[in-house]
Amino acid sequence: MLDHLASIGTRAEAHRPFPRFDLDREAWAALVATLAEKPDWSLVGLWADTGIVHMALREEASDAVAVVSLTCPEGRFPSVGGARPAAIRLERAAQDLFGITAESLVDPRPWLDHDSWPIRLPLSADPPDPLGHPQPYPFLPVEGPGLHQIPVGPVHAGIIEPGHFRFTCNGETVVRLEQRLGYVHKGTEWLMAGRSVAEVAKLSARVSGDSTVAHSLAFARAVESATGAAVPARAVWLRALMAELERLANHLGDIGAICNDAAFAYMLAECGQLREKVLRAADACFGHRLMMDRVIPGGVAVDLAEDGRQVLAGLVADLQAAFPPLIHTYDEKASLQDRTVSTGRVAAELVRRFGAGGHVGRASGRGQDARRNPGYAPYDELEFEVPVFVDGDVNARVWIRIREVKASLGLVRQILGRLPEGPVHAPVPAAAGQGMALVESFRGEIMTWVAVREDGIVTRCHPRDPSWFQWPLLEAAIEGNIVADFPLCNKSFNCSYSGHDL
Amino acid sequence: MLKTIARNLLRGPVTMKGPAPAEDGIEELASRLDRAARTRLGRSLSIREVDAGSCNGCELEIHALNNVIYDLERFGMRFVASPRHADVLMVTGPVTANMRDALFRTWDATPDPKWVVAVGGCALDGGLFKGSYGIVGGVGAVVPVDLHIPGCPPRPIDLLAGLVALVEAAK
Ligand code: SF4
Repeated sequence: MLDHLASIGTRAEAHRPFPRFDLDREAWAALVATLAEKPDWSLVGLWADTGIVHMALREEASDAVAVVSLTCPEGRFPSVGGARPAAIRLERAAQDLFGITAESLVDPRPWLDHDSWPIRLPLSADPPDPLGHPQPYPFLPVEGPGLHQIPVGPVHAGIIEPGHFRFTCNGETVVRLEQRLGYVHKGTEWLMAGRSVAEVAKLSARVSGDSTVAHSLAFARAVESATGAAVPARAVWLRALMAELERLANHLGDIGAICNDAAFAYMLAECGQLREKVLRAADACFGHRLMMDRVIPGGVAVDLAEDGRQVLAGLVADLQAAFPPLIHTYDEKASLQDRTVSTGRVAAELVRRFGAGGHVGRASGRGQDARRNPGYAPYDELEFEVPVFVDGDVNARVWIRIREVKASLGLVRQILGRLPEGPVHAPVPAAAGQGMALVESFRGEIMTWVAVREDGIVTRCHPRDPSWFQWPLLEAAIEGNIVADFPLCNKSFNCSYSGHDL
Repeated sequence: MLKTIARNLLRGPVTMKGPAPAEDGIEELASRLDRAARTRLGRSLSIREVDAGSCNGCELEIHALNNVIYDLERFGMRFVASPRHADVLMVTGPVTANMRDALFRTWDATPDPKWVVAVGGCALDGGLFKGSYGIVGGVGAVVPVDLHIPGCPPRPIDLLAGLVALVEAAK
């Protein structure tokens, strides 16, 4: 893939660690055509900047990652959505924010823009005046005898983030689900542009509250790549420690919540208790239960508390004793299995086409994990399992979490045993550049792209949450299931709204 | 599973308890809240949670109130599914422009008397998202707020303390 891209474009400078190639319009169009013949080249991201569009690709076999860019002064570029359906929503978002249009986009409806902002195209060079008249959002038409629709949200019945789901059903069976997201759009990327690295780090920590460590890490590593910063060894290991604690807390919470949605509250009670233990340990070690603002460019903001080692060793021992009996319970309860096995199936082919990762991808046979590929320190020195299942149902997604809990416990133990001494932060040098990072959150792969000026101002930052490639698959997962199984399917995905809507 | 249940029965509740205020004061709060809530609201306080644009961090800690450690229900407080069943709206996040109508309508659908608790730094004035075209401000920009619980996100214990304050003020 890299050779091919080098042959059709010119390599840009100061883009690290993955190469970036500037293409012209013809080369971009040709690349889109090539994508159709290269199922092995998956989409990693697609985002716009003023008058320019970028796309990140990965060649699965070789794990090569690269970015291609097209300058489009007229604000139009050949759409990628036809060849890679995962690009469709990203292209709709680029259109709403930058006014850069993907030509022949299959679904040109606005995505993030609900016609309630005081400005249009907020990130374009000069945003036009408000157009001011609300346009109805046309949902996709559904026709057929005996069909009815159930609209749900944006305010849901539980304590969850807002979004709208439009179910079309035949009796109890869901024929189609259409999502409408964007309700928690906070203009985060707009806020990030033109701010200092430190300020953008704070915003990155709040892209999605449950992945605050992972998103902070992705931003920090992107900035460090862009500026050539060196991170002290101890900080690198502490980051991994925090990331694994975050993974543990989220997986434990999810396992409990999924079982609860199958009306098995016992698991929620037990797993909730374990999750609380993890959060308290994180609080005791790093001074914040979710470890927000702890990972910053150049290292980490706080060192491990003095008694941190004991606290974490105790936590690992506690969980290692308490977790296996719960798994046994999950595995032996026929009433629970009855709800999770074969429910909400996602085909392996679909997961591959969308390049979905995390528990959604790994439950359907796609074993991509950014900690391994492309990999980053200190994971190259650690041993851990990346579990892969093939059933693609709710049960498989639960099992991925179960196995990842075990893997994370092993990782925490290894990290504690090998944590180097030394400083935990080094200043980020004043250097200009573009950087990109791939980081594995509990939910899947985060891609963050950043452009920094020499004076430490971020001119553009684009965090791409794993949810972008998982949300569309939820629409497919629910098809043919009954309405009552939607909470179960939804929870087994646990996509982020905030991380997606930004 | 039976073994775990038996062990739990023998071990007793994990919910914090003890004559002296427990480590983080949950037990002390429990007794104060219990008295106050009963005086003002009879039996119970129903809370409808609304995410009006949060990063989800606040939701995670609100969730924790339901776990067996904090066990909100023993205070006579519970989360309900509909604003029509609620006494309190607990709102998080800067209110996004895209959520403004939904928040207002949820508030409008909540019967009187009702209280609004704004949770987290964002809910006060938009927090870090202040100034963005995408938000309309804190919760107070859309509905009247009775109480603000600070933090990013507030710890569950702060959320409990805030609810106590609300119930006492409502007397
Ligand atoms: S206050 Fe903090 S945790 Fe809560 S929504 Fe805002 S940024 Fe997230």
